[in-house]
Amino acid sequence: MASKVIHAYYDDDDVLMQAVKKVKAARHHIEEVYCPFPVHGLDKAMGLAPTRIAITSFMYGCLGLAVSIVMMNYIMIQDWPQDIGGKPSFSYIENMPAFVPIMFEMTVFFAAHLMVITFYLRSRMWPFKKAENPDVRSTDDHFIMEVEVHGDASGLTKLLKETGAVEINSVEK
Amino acid sequence: MASHYEAPIRKPLVLGDKGYHDVSVDIAAPVEGRANKEWWIVFSIALAAFLWGVGCIIYTISTGIGTWGLNRTVNWAWDITNFVWWVGIGHAGTLISAVLLLFRQKWRMAINRSAEAMTIFSVIQAGLFPIIHMGRPWLAYWVLPIPNQFGSLWVNFNSPLLWDVFAISTYLSVSLVFWWTGLLPDFAMIRDRAVKPFQKKIYSLVSFGWTGRAKDWQRFEEVSLVLAGLATPLVLSVHTIVSFDFATSVIPGWHTTIFPPYFVAGAIFSGFAMVQTLLIIMRKVSHLEAYITVQHIELMNIIIMITGSIVGCAYITELFIAWYSGVEYEQYAFLNRATGPYWWAYTLMMTCNVVSPQVMWFKKIRTSILVSFIISIVVNVGMWFERFVIIVTSLHRDYLPSSWTMFSPTFVDIGIFIGTVGFFFVLFLLYARTFPVIAQAEVKTILKSSGERYKKLREAGKPLYQMPKTTIVKDAGSGKDKKSNENK
Repeated sequence: MASKVIHAYYDDDDVLMQAVKKVKAARHHIEEVYCPFPVHGLDKAMGLAPTRIAITSFMYGCLGLAVSIVMMNYIMIQDWPQDIGGKPSFSYIENMPAFVPIMFEMTVFFAAHLMVITFYLRSRMWPFKKAENPDVRSTDDHFIMEVEVHGDASGLTKLLKETGAVEINSVEK
Repeated sequence: MASHYEAPIRKPLVLGDKGYHDVSVDIAAPVEGRANKEWWIVFSIALAAFLWGVGCIIYTISTGIGTWGLNRTVNWAWDITNFVWWVGIGHAGTLISAVLLLFRQKWRMAINRSAEAMTIFSVIQAGLFPIIHMGRPWLAYWVLPIPNQFGSLWVNFNSPLLWDVFAISTYLSVSLVFWWTGLLPDFAMIRDRAVKPFQKKIYSLVSFGWTGRAKDWQRFEEVSLVLAGLATPLVLSVHTIVSFDFATSVIPGWHTTIFPPYFVAGAIFSGFAMVQTLLIIMRKVSHLEAYITVQHIELMNIIIMITGSIVGCAYITELFIAWYSGVEYEQYAFLNRATGPYWWAYTLMMTCNVVSPQVMWFKKIRTSILVSFIISIVVNVGMWFERFVIIVTSLHRDYLPSSWTMFSPTFVDIGIFIGTVGFFFVLFLLYARTFPVIAQAEVKTILKSSGERYKKLREAGKPLYQMPKTTIVKDAGSGKDKKSNENK
């Protein structure tokens, strides 16, 4: 679907925030905002759903804990139980104090790494991935609002001008 | 805007008349510029030290651990001292970025990137020692939970040394991921500024195609927060587990329950000292005085003073408990530590770690760059001796007076240590020339609340932003540019 979008450039985060609110109020669809740094409250103003990535991290942590318990139970109790320092390995629960450090470390290991991998994949980032920001200035000091155009673009352009855009580009997408 | 408000009493964290673009220019400057003569001189010295260390490691591995100064009584000395010292230094980075993030300390943003880099580089040095100490490092994979070839005999999960393997590798890998995730937007900034094709290619590769969508930033902030929450207990666990290497043994002088908190405080202490050493040089060389201000140095000095005092309390508690325990072996171990043949190491440790940071009570001293630099080095010398005192003095008088002895390092012991110092500086110097050394995206978020320019505007009652006078309108279809003055 070839659609036309307008890129409105802003050079200040406060101006951008007000612009986002105005454009939303005028019932235009903001496709995307590219920012050089996180602007607090922008996601809410744009109407983005809260991220659920912290929940995935919790689940990965639970998985890590389970893996560590299963692993140590098999290795230390089931497969080759030994009597180390007068403490025989016949029961996981009784020997658990010695296993707590590894249970903790593996929980953190799984929670951290799998969450970061999830983040990279969901946000489509990996080595050799080409960046998709429309202008190089968007990682420096410019904020780019991408607005979908339906029908007449001149009204939208006028609105964006009023919101304090420093540059307005119409592009085919 | 209210969200940018900060009490006027707070001193600015970014000095000078800096806007968003100035931050990009300043942070990219060391990467885009050329190395000066001083950099090459320091780099050559570090490289020579590193190569010397490599030679000593090769000699050790090809000949055997007998090349070290170890004997039957003192069978653990410089290798483990160096290991604990490096791991300890490696604690400040994640502490700064994780704990200070949870406490919303804005001053962390100027120093967290370099502190994390330092963490990773020093944990690499630490990791070398156990591997070399194995004697046959090509069998290092035996520490992993895999059955060996003689049957299904596994690693021992009751052993603190194995906990160490898991703790250090988790710490190193999680710190690396935390660091790299924070680097993505900053690499992207350099990528988008790069004009040379080679630079553009490299920074495109390492920035993983960072685009900076609103959703990416939302996730980025959540990921940073969760990683900080995970890394905080992780940092504390790592040095706790390192201290278990000693505390779970039955050697008088090691077998104490105070070790975990005492080691963690010592680690933060030495880590901050190393950050201080590196940043005092870096702010000068890379012209970052506007970002790493005297206020930052002062705040780090306060942390050094507090953790130094905690360490001092731990030393005294140890002595008290040794006396109070009524165990004569324990009492002898500590009496001998302070007054025996290694009294000089003990005195050095006490002076460097407990006495020297107390000068930071004076504002004049803790805001003096020269004194801060000297103290930061003194502290790390002291912390090296702390580990030496704990390890060697506890071992050199064992239960049989006939085997009492002293330890003297050979040139190989010294060479490997110097080699790791060289390796550390090689990595750090390369980092300082190729990485964005300050988390510029984060600094930009605090610029309006804590930058000097905006603080002045706010105090003068002026708005923090101005509506642009002109708008450039481009239409990709018509290819025509027109300037409009409508929104005046």
